[in-house]
Amino acid sequence: MQTKTVYKPTEGLTERDLTYCPGCTHGIIHKLVGEVLVEKGLIGEAIGVASVGCSVMSYEFFNCDMQQAAHGRAPAVATGIKRVKPEHTVFTYQGDGDLASIGLAEIVHAAHRGENITVIFVNNAIYGMTGGQMAPTTLIGQKTSTSPVGRKKKGAGEPMRMSELMATIPGATYLERVSVHDPKHIRKAKKAIEKAFDVQTNEQGFSMIEFISTCPVNWGIQPNDSLNWAVENMIPYFPLGVYKDATKDGNDEK
Amino acid sequence: MAKVLMKGNEAMALAAIKGGCDAFFGYPITPQNEIPEYLSYHMEQNGRVFVQAESEVAAINMVYGAAGSGARVLTSSSSPGIALKQEGISYMAGSELPAVIINVMRGGPGLGGIQPSQGDYNQITRGGGNGDYKLLTFAPETLQETVNVVKASFALADYYRNPVMIAVDGLIGQMMEPVDLDQPIEEKPMKEKTWAATGEAEKRGHRNKIVSLHLDPYELEKHNLRLKAKYDEMKATEQRYELINMENNPEIVFVAYGSMARIARSAIEALKQEGIEVGMIRPIVIAPFPEKAFDDLPGSVKTLLTLEMALGQMLQDVQIVNQGRYILDFYGRAGGVVPETEEIVEKVKAVLKEAGHAN
Repeated sequence: MQTKTVYKPTEGLTERDLTYCPGCTHGIIHKLVGEVLVEKGLIGEAIGVASVGCSVMSYEFFNCDMQQAAHGRAPAVATGIKRVKPEHTVFTYQGDGDLASIGLAEIVHAAHRGENITVIFVNNAIYGMTGGQMAPTTLIGQKTSTSPVGRKKKGAGEPMRMSELMATIPGATYLERVSVHDPKHIRKAKKAIEKAFDVQTNEQGFSMIEFISTCPVNWGIQPNDSLNWAVENMIPYFPLGVYKDATKDGNDEK
Repeated sequence: MAKVLMKGNEAMALAAIKGGCDAFFGYPITPQNEIPEYLSYHMEQNGRVFVQAESEVAAINMVYGAAGSGARVLTSSSSPGIALKQEGISYMAGSELPAVIINVMRGGPGLGGIQPSQGDYNQITRGGGNGDYKLLTFAPETLQETVNVVKASFALADYYRNPVMIAVDGLIGQMMEPVDLDQPIEEKPMKEKTWAATGEAEKRGHRNKIVSLHLDPYELEKHNLRLKAKYDEMKATEQRYELINMENNPEIVFVAYGSMARIARSAIEALKQEGIEVGMIRPIVIAPFPEKAFDDLPGSVKTLLTLEMALGQMLQDVQIVNQGRYILDFYGRAGGVVPETEEIVEKVKAVLKEAGHAN
């Protein structure tokens, strides 16, 4: 009997077991990024920057040269790499605590300078690695270990919308928010990643794809219900879509 | 090349280009601004990288990134800015990345002042950032010595896979002095950077990772011990110092570095005119501290008089090294006040008087 391979793990990822919790969508996002890097022939020459948070170990998973950055500094580290290795594909992989809180200056200024890098931004509305504390992206009323009765607008402010904020930056070229809660959206998310790396390959500047992600363990919700929770609570506040596309007319700075 | 008259900061910037610096990342802060200003034009002219970062924190992390890709990288700052850079410096020490950091020291703590100081001695020699690590640190005295050290520091950083700091005070950064940028220097041999994450996993046949995370404590301890072996090698081979006027059998010996050593030289000359011979141990490298310098002093020496533009930071190293051999004394000014030669002369006379040499 002949067997036909219909599915196999991407060579864009190493054979290491992922360290993510069951039901978390980091695994799907890793796979998509790995697939795109392989399909575009970039995996052998890419340099990835891991951040601090749940994805700190991503330097063990992406099957290319990797550098692990201090908390929030991945865009600065990627800037240093890309400036001395402009012919190589450089990407960061960051969570919402890393990118939207401690690393806000670095992400904003990397975009402002129009650094020709790609940012994979995973937003699960919570600090996962440290055990479920409130993030800048935590929703109003959402309970976390540092907002035990739910996030309050007074004192904590409203959740930060990064794609919208970044869309005001002249130097940013491509910004899209996607979700991976069902196959249709996963396919769309992959297209967004392809677009982002194309922007870099074509030397068109800064690209960032924001992923609506889940954290079943720290949300205290079953994996399937977590996907529904993201759809019902996160997507209304963080609408999906392209927030900026300056690939046709060139970005405002050029 | 003949000597040219240059400002300290600009001479250090040019020396970095001559030392093979591929990329500079920095942020404005007084009194070192002429370094990024000079490099903003000349790096580009030489086909190299210059980025003015959004902060010292971002700058040092750009240095970390570029160094991880195998480039020769420089950043410069001054005391409060160096404090901000400690995060990235610790990461580079942990990931074993080479880089050169120029610290043009000013008064502190906090915002302090902008006048010359040596108040960062403890921050530099005791680590500064988190964890068990050390920097190889030069504290040159003249502009000529400074440019030679800057040029040599890139190869040294590469050799040890460790950040190298050049610690000068604001005086050296701001003063003008004739300097020969092409004086031959001794350089460590080049080693291929097979460890760098250059984006050539395919060509190389394996991935390179630049990482300072070791979650298994036994693995991290092994890493710490490997780093220590490197610091021990530095201690064995990089102790650099100058002994001054020891041939005249001084009773008092200064211990001073950088601009403080220049003032001490003037004091030695002034005292000589009065028939008083004073020697000096001048550390050129302050970390690792040049312990060897204290082993071969003439039998005439009774007192080590540590002089600092700080309130007794290097003094602690002198105390550690001394092991009770000599009487220790100290004179220092802080806050950006530069001591006058006469103050040092008077201090020496006071020490002699106390020792029973009525003058």
